[in-house]
Amino acid sequence: MKEKVQNIVKKFHNDRSRLMDILLDIQKDFNCIPDEAASIVATLLNMSKVDVNQTISFYHFFSKEPVGTYAVYLNNSAVACMMGREEVARAFEEEVGTSFNSVTEDGLIGLWDTSDIGMNDQEPAAIINGIVFTNLTPTRVKEIVIGFREGKDISEMVDKYGDGQNSNELIRSMVNNNIRKKGPVLFSEYEVGMAIRNVANYSPEQTIEIIKNSNIRGRGGAGFPAGLKWEFCCKSGGEEIYLVCNADEGEPGTFKERVILTELPMLLFEGMIIAGYALNAKEGILYLRYEYKYIKDYLEDVLQQLRNLNLLGNNIAGKGGFNFDIRIQLGAGAYVCGEESGLIESMEGKRGEPRNRPPFPVQKGYKNMPTVINNVETLSSVVKIILNSPEWFKAMGTKESAGTKLLSISGDCKHPGIYEIEWGMTINEMLEMVGASSVQAVQVGGPSGVCIDPSQFARSISFEDLPTGGAMIVIGENRDLLKEFVMNYTDFFIEESCGSCGPCRSLTVILRNKLQKIMDGKGVKADIDELYEWGNYMKQVNRCGLGQTAANPILTTIENFRPLYDSLIKTDDDFVSTFNMEKAVADSCKYVGRVPKL
Amino acid sequence: MSKPVIATATLAGCFGCHMSLLDIDERILELIELVEFNKSPINDIKTFTKQCDIGLIEGGCSNSENIEVLKDFRKNCKILVSLGECAIMGGLPAMRNGIPIRECLEEAYITGPTVRMNTKKILPNDDELPMMLDKVYPCHEIVKIDYFLPGCPPTADLIWNALLALVTGDELKLPYEVVKFD
Repeated sequence: MKEKVQNIVKKFHNDRSRLMDILLDIQKDFNCIPDEAASIVATLLNMSKVDVNQTISFYHFFSKEPVGTYAVYLNNSAVACMMGREEVARAFEEEVGTSFNSVTEDGLIGLWDTSDIGMNDQEPAAIINGIVFTNLTPTRVKEIVIGFREGKDISEMVDKYGDGQNSNELIRSMVNNNIRKKGPVLFSEYEVGMAIRNVANYSPEQTIEIIKNSNIRGRGGAGFPAGLKWEFCCKSGGEEIYLVCNADEGEPGTFKERVILTELPMLLFEGMIIAGYALNAKEGILYLRYEYKYIKDYLEDVLQQLRNLNLLGNNIAGKGGFNFDIRIQLGAGAYVCGEESGLIESMEGKRGEPRNRPPFPVQKGYKNMPTVINNVETLSSVVKIILNSPEWFKAMGTKESAGTKLLSISGDCKHPGIYEIEWGMTINEMLEMVGASSVQAVQVGGPSGVCIDPSQFARSISFEDLPTGGAMIVIGENRDLLKEFVMNYTDFFIEESCGSCGPCRSLTVILRNKLQKIMDGKGVKADIDELYEWGNYMKQVNRCGLGQTAANPILTTIENFRPLYDSLIKTDDDFVSTFNMEKAVADSCKYVGRVPKL
Repeated sequence: MSKPVIATATLAGCFGCHMSLLDIDERILELIELVEFNKSPINDIKTFTKQCDIGLIEGGCSNSENIEVLKDFRKNCKILVSLGECAIMGGLPAMRNGIPIRECLEEAYITGPTVRMNTKKILPNDDELPMMLDKVYPCHEIVKIDYFLPGCPPTADLIWNALLALVTGDELKLPYEVVKFD
């Protein structure tokens, strides 16, 4: 083992900031990260073992114990459950003979619950040994488990490839793109390399000016003006500047980046190169979520093609001193790493715990240097702004929200998938577009966004009204909103909290229990009031966006679906305790050998 | 008009909050002018002799007796106050909440480093003893609690200010020094 681990560490130049890559390789080779390997890594990197262990324990796809020769990571997000995830999970348990979050005795098969894997348009879905299986059914599960038992190679079990580049020999995935509507920005035809050659004629300042004039705002959700971010970063005055592309879309319900990475990687990388030029950065990093690892080889190949075209590397487009290269950093399964400072921590090989701000990443980011972190969609759009004009871009959308938005739409609709729309579309128009009727609610922007009722469907998708990072989940009238969504999302936040801020770590659990109390018919009005009051408190006392929005599923449904809560509570009591004496004393009495006296 | 009546109790706590109450020093003379004490360890009255206005509860609920006392207080007090960290959150005793009850009992009575005399390895199981609960519960999960005074212990000034506000009906003064804990 020692030699193997040594070689892996050596491959990454004994650089402790590459701990993620080192651990990913070890996990792959040993099917876990054995304690001994962690010790060796710690010694070689001159770190304490605790530091290595805390990185290991933070990420979902790292494990100290073997996860199974075949490790099934089955998505448990709300939309997966809508599409029959529970039947699929039961089928796995029955066929495999073990329950979820455990491994069979012979170590052959492990079953694991997993937060959203970005496949909401083709659920239920699972990642098995890095390969995505979509549209699972109990029958399909039987075939897959038979395959495990026969010792088949996992890639042999993919029965048909998806559309577009999903069938590329470097991807070979059954994932489908489900591109339903191509818009004028991202999906318009263009000539590869033209935008890069164009900016090479401008100065970096002029490039930033163009982006500023286009009014493009960040597409990840927060909506910060991209040009302004670039400008701030340049003015921070660090020795080096880094550009990071955030491809860690973990918000349940969003999968737009998956499609851009599959179908438009050239466009994205060109956007990164343009940003690199504007920022005078030498290195760009694409932080790719582990769930999309199946696209990585293909992306590496695209980068090589760009190098061959002299669009990446040194003296890009023949311009002396225009040097920029891109590397891909893989994550290891943590929603909070989508938060930009958590992402930086992760890229440095640490737990993905968000940092305190200020300083902001544009001041002190990756390796303490000024760092711009942009979303995949933002950087891809930049290319088209350069090729056309800021005015062309601004002419689309609304005043505050220029251009188009890529929506990932899933849930109770006929045509789930990817839609590039102009900002400003109303929810009603969107529902008509995706073929949805009898809609109870729409979850705008994923669990951290808002859940709106039909009276608000005339509102428009825009930063002025209903901002969204792209996740849109349609909830039909027959769904149990509290159980299937609010509870599922709250559980999601509990699972994904990094635990750094007390309220995010603990209050989420207290809120969940209170919600459960109400759902069990034991709630009173004071419980709803407290849910609302305490939920709002979360916005003020947590460090990052995850913690601040973790109560949003509860808060926005109390605001917009109050009658639903009111119908569940007891109105004739002002206090109901869920304490059960008989249950509470059962264990201790049994163990000391006495009959409970109740 | 008769004086407001106060009762106090310690459940799974360390009496530190009661000590803090005594820390109001000479103001205790003022206090007994203002209020009358009923059931409380301070005067050693063991049972309620009348309906009380204010009940102060120190400590969370770790066993069946704590539950009974707490319910008794709720029945006999118009206003119930959780006094200090243990009553509000379970406090230090709640550190056992992640540990199976079996392990807790074994550690306390059989395997613990200070256990020397229990050669027969007996676990206390007399019917007269309170029954241990599966975990330590904060008071507000058992009965309705009207007010919470945080701190470990809450400072004497906080307790004094709160009592004064409850008795006089004046607004509670909470200067920063009184509620800061570090």
